Amino acid sequence: MNVIVDILASVGMWEAMFRIATPFILGTLGVLLCERVGVLNLGIEGIMTFGAMIGWLTVYSGGDLWAGLAAAAVFGAMFGLLHALMTVPLGLSQHVTGLGITLFASSFSYYVFRLAIPTSTSPPTIEPFRPVAIPGLSEIPFLGPVLFNQTAPTYLAILLVALIAWVLYRTPLGLAIRMTGENPHAVDAQGIDPILLRIGTIMAGSALMGLGGAFLTLAAFNSFFPTMVQGRGWICIALVVFALWRPGRALLGALLFAFFDAFQLRLQTAVDGVPYQIFLMLPYILSILALVLMARKARVPQALMQPYRRGER
Amino acid sequence: MTRVLELDGITKRFGATLANDDISLHLERGEIVALLGENGAGKTTLMSILFGHYTADAGTVRVHGQTLPPGKSRAAIKAGVGMVHQHFALAGNLTVLENVMTGTEPLWRLRSDRAAARDRLAKLADRFGLPVDPDARIADLSVGECQRVEILKALYNEASVLILDEPTAVLTTQQAEQLFATLRDMAAKGLSIIFISHKLNEVMAASDRVVVLRGGRIVAERATRDTSKEELAELMVGHKVERPKRPPARPGAVLLEADDLHLSGRGGAPLNGVSFRLRAGETLGIIGVSGNGQTTLAGLVSGLYPPDQGALRIKGASLPRHDVPHAIAAGIGRIPEDRHAEGVLGDMETWENVILERLWSPDYARHGIIRRGAARAATERLLKDYDVRGARVNSRVRLLSGGNMQKLILGRVLEAGPSILIAAQPSRGLDEGAIAGVHRRLIEARDRGAGVLLISEDLDEVIALSDRIRAIAGGRLSPAIPAARANAQLLGLMMAGDWDAARKIEQEAEAADAL
Amino acid sequence: MRFERRENASAALTILAPVGAILAALVIAGVLIAIAGANVLEAYGLILQGAFGSRLGVTETLTRATPLILTGLAAAVAFRAKLWNIGGEGQFYMGALAVTAFGLVPGLAGAPAPVVILACLVVGALAGATLLLVPAALKLRFGVDEVVTTLLLNFVTVLFVSLMIEGALRDPLAFGWPQSVPVPDAAVLPQLIERSRLHAGLLIALGLAVAVWWVQSRTVFGMQARATGLNARAAAFAGVPLGRTLALVACLSGGLAGLAGAIEVMGVKGYVTTDLSPNYGYSGIVIAMLANLNPIGVIGAALFSAVMFVGADSMSRALGIPSYIADVTVALSLLTMLVALFLTQYRVRR
Repeated sequence: MNVIVDILASVGMWEAMFRIATPFILGTLGVLLCERVGVLNLGIEGIMTFGAMIGWLTVYSGGDLWAGLAAAAVFGAMFGLLHALMTVPLGLSQHVTGLGITLFASSFSYYVFRLAIPTSTSPPTIEPFRPVAIPGLSEIPFLGPVLFNQTAPTYLAILLVALIAWVLYRTPLGLAIRMTGENPHAVDAQGIDPILLRIGTIMAGSALMGLGGAFLTLAAFNSFFPTMVQGRGWICIALVVFALWRPGRALLGALLFAFFDAFQLRLQTAVDGVPYQIFLMLPYILSILALVLMARKARVPQALMQPYRRGER
Repeated sequence: MTRVLELDGITKRFGATLANDDISLHLERGEIVALLGENGAGKTTLMSILFGHYTADAGTVRVHGQTLPPGKSRAAIKAGVGMVHQHFALAGNLTVLENVMTGTEPLWRLRSDRAAARDRLAKLADRFGLPVDPDARIADLSVGECQRVEILKALYNEASVLILDEPTAVLTTQQAEQLFATLRDMAAKGLSIIFISHKLNEVMAASDRVVVLRGGRIVAERATRDTSKEELAELMVGHKVERPKRPPARPGAVLLEADDLHLSGRGGAPLNGVSFRLRAGETLGIIGVSGNGQTTLAGLVSGLYPPDQGALRIKGASLPRHDVPHAIAAGIGRIPEDRHAEGVLGDMETWENVILERLWSPDYARHGIIRRGAARAATERLLKDYDVRGARVNSRVRLLSGGNMQKLILGRVLEAGPSILIAAQPSRGLDEGAIAGVHRRLIEARDRGAGVLLISEDLDEVIALSDRIRAIAGGRLSPAIPAARANAQLLGLMMAGDWDAARKIEQEAEAADAL
Repeated sequence: MRFERRENASAALTILAPVGAILAALVIAGVLIAIAGANVLEAYGLILQGAFGSRLGVTETLTRATPLILTGLAAAVAFRAKLWNIGGEGQFYMGALAVTAFGLVPGLAGAPAPVVILACLVVGALAGATLLLVPAALKLRFGVDEVVTTLLLNFVTVLFVSLMIEGALRDPLAFGWPQSVPVPDAAVLPQLIERSRLHAGLLIALGLAVAVWWVQSRTVFGMQARATGLNARAAAFAGVPLGRTLALVACLSGGLAGLAGAIEVMGVKGYVTTDLSPNYGYSGIVIAMLANLNPIGVIGAALFSAVMFVGADSMSRALGIPSYIADVTVALSLLTMLVALFLTQYRVRR
């Protein structure tokens, strides 16, 4: 019992929660955008992998950390464009295309990485983002170091939640996006091209996925290695269902999820006798449980996975 | 008179078919024009071109004298063209206000002005007598209310030309009358209206002028007061099509008996206590506005799902298991309401479509292995006997025309010699020739001694085919009236749930039978 | 530009689609090889040579194709019924692990080899099927999308394998390496060709491809499964029991993937580690799509992938091009195949 209280009372645990949550926040926002406009994007796992690789490689070859993030976002958007072109104008299976993007983007990142770093026994490292203490606020006891001593991308992710919530619910563009996910015919009837809107939104969402991946190599760790994304992308897909496609709840879901992850990491070292694999399984099992819990409640965007062609119903 | 709209020489080709062939059409201010034609005559294509959904191969569209750029719905909206689609272009999860506002503000504005939009919507609703709750979710609205939202959406875009595609498809007679009254009022206020229809009654009742389309061409144009239903019918079809006459029924024993059926949560709108009897050699028509439980009733009787409560007895006995194979084995033949979604699998071959619902029968499968030879032979026979054109045993059925697809389904069902036939919307979306064929088959089946349960939303069809008629409203069945006593007005009341008159007629009919 | 559905997709186009797709993937991958500074033709020459140029190459390619045929069939069977089983990877590991666990059953050692082999294959298939029944049940009972659940279960399964081979199934003689106890000698699949790794599993895989084709096209279950995938609503109207059909499809698909794992461990490796599968489960998805879900086509698609993987290894050693180029090419061929299939069904009009 004491162990649990100790963990819950430690600043490190809560500070880590925000750090762990960041890629999930970004990825979940990305999936949310894509699905709100009506397209499932299973490319996320691969796009995050590529973002992690290209962000790291940009910095490793002398670029700025922010240039690394930008590169991840741009390449994310490019993979998003590929996914969008195949699923929106061509109307190909979103399931299979997404998986294809994931397989392609991950193997492509390993290929590029091996080309750039041909042989390495221990993976080379970079100087990652450091926590930035916000003057004044970070002095607040407990809350200060937890909330206001994070890395820049974490602040960015939280700002993005607010920004995307604003765009979706307060602007004409957001209304058009939500409408496209519900009924693209209605958007078309109002003179907005749902196909262009879908393509653009998927690119934006995929850029966020790329950022989420880059966080792993530019802030959470300092090096890249294959398979490092470890299913985080798939978890984001589950989190969006848990979040009922709402940005605020997506933040909450990511934090809740990160809480369990941070907690189990600490519990692992504190508790003897339970194999570490059990702890590692928890995130995936929790995600499945979240899906089961929400499957019936979910108000799924009505046009999700429905390709739109003019004149066809 | 001011000319608000002019279509000039519109031609549109899809592959080998000429959907619109050199069509010219005009509309004056304050005028209501009906665009009359059968399914596939090119009405919807023409309106989609006008609205910028399609690009015409040739021809121009002018609104208020200005030529519209082809293929740009935005330009059409700006010029004042508003379209009310047959399948509403609404998003169920969003509110009325959100549905109306979409696309009305510059896309990149940082904040939408909801207060102003709400204000404007309220004013419009008031002015045209179309009350709505702006914060209601579309999914919670009735069909009539959704149509109101669609019209408001067009008005909100400052439409001066309103196009309605089959606007009464989902309305009761009374609701349709109310809609046309609203349209009249709007025309008097200066709006110009085109409505697309294939229903002669409403064309005669509501339009100033009728343009008849057939096979992609304009075949006639008449001032409504100078024409008649009969003339329009012939113009629309191109030749006289006689729908078959129904000889008097000789009802026999009760074949199908429904006793207080309840079902909710599956198949569509709930059933709240449905009872009826169907006798051998008679057709019982069930008329109703869509969404009142007829789809659920058809599914239940077809064996798709058992009732929550109540009993369904076939020749006095309940099914050993309420599922499709047992229903078919008990002698039920089923014509589904949606051919494409339920009736056939477009990407399967013809012979597979013929036997899929009989895989349980030793005729077509033994020890889990399909008897392909028997299936093919049966299909070959069926294609010939039922005159299914364009199909081969091994071809995919996706490419069949609606009429031939329905012939295939009819053949599959009737070949088994069912004693009970469930026909849901059997002629929906077919042209006159095909409708006559379907009707002939249904009458034949009845005369052979089968009991036919006809579930339809088409008044003319129900009156023409049924011996007795019930209406379905809110998941309940009205009293049954003899077809001889039926008329549009009475059926409209019954569909709206007003059963006083029907009850009286039923009692009279029963008293007459008792004599 | 518009796309117009072709009225009749010609058989020739459908057969050409995978060929075109593979060529397109090779061209794009060629650009990547060129960017890396190698001669593209030389690289592809070396890949072919590595895969076919020697007796060892050929047997290795066929050995590699064996599990790929099975995971390809697993995906093809499921996708045909629109059951999105992306969990082939996990089911593969479950099948493999189950066989090694089954090997510990006392008294097995005395049984004749054919009996032991058959029993092991059944156990492997059952393990794979069971693992897929979980997401299938969640889909049928709660409406949970099986794509995400099967994907997530892959990670759970690999962790479970890791747990087992460091715990209950650990090989005490492996000097502390995390690997499972070996399969019993009687369960080792016979070699097909001496001094090679090629084993009887290939014949099983080929036989199963034909069997699956027969089931799909000749049996009631096969027709019902296809109908379910094409249009579940129409299938239900025709009386196809959707739940039972999907459950059976899940058993078949999971069973095939489990069998792939069982055969790999019985024919090649002899014991389970957490790197037993170089993404066989995921490659199966590509193979199924390349084959246009046709069970016989799966054999060809699996061979193509095996050639790429085996050939790229030796090409990589010679030219210094990362062997990941094989994964890139195979993944690309999935994307190009989707486009190629689209072009067989639609024509492009201005």
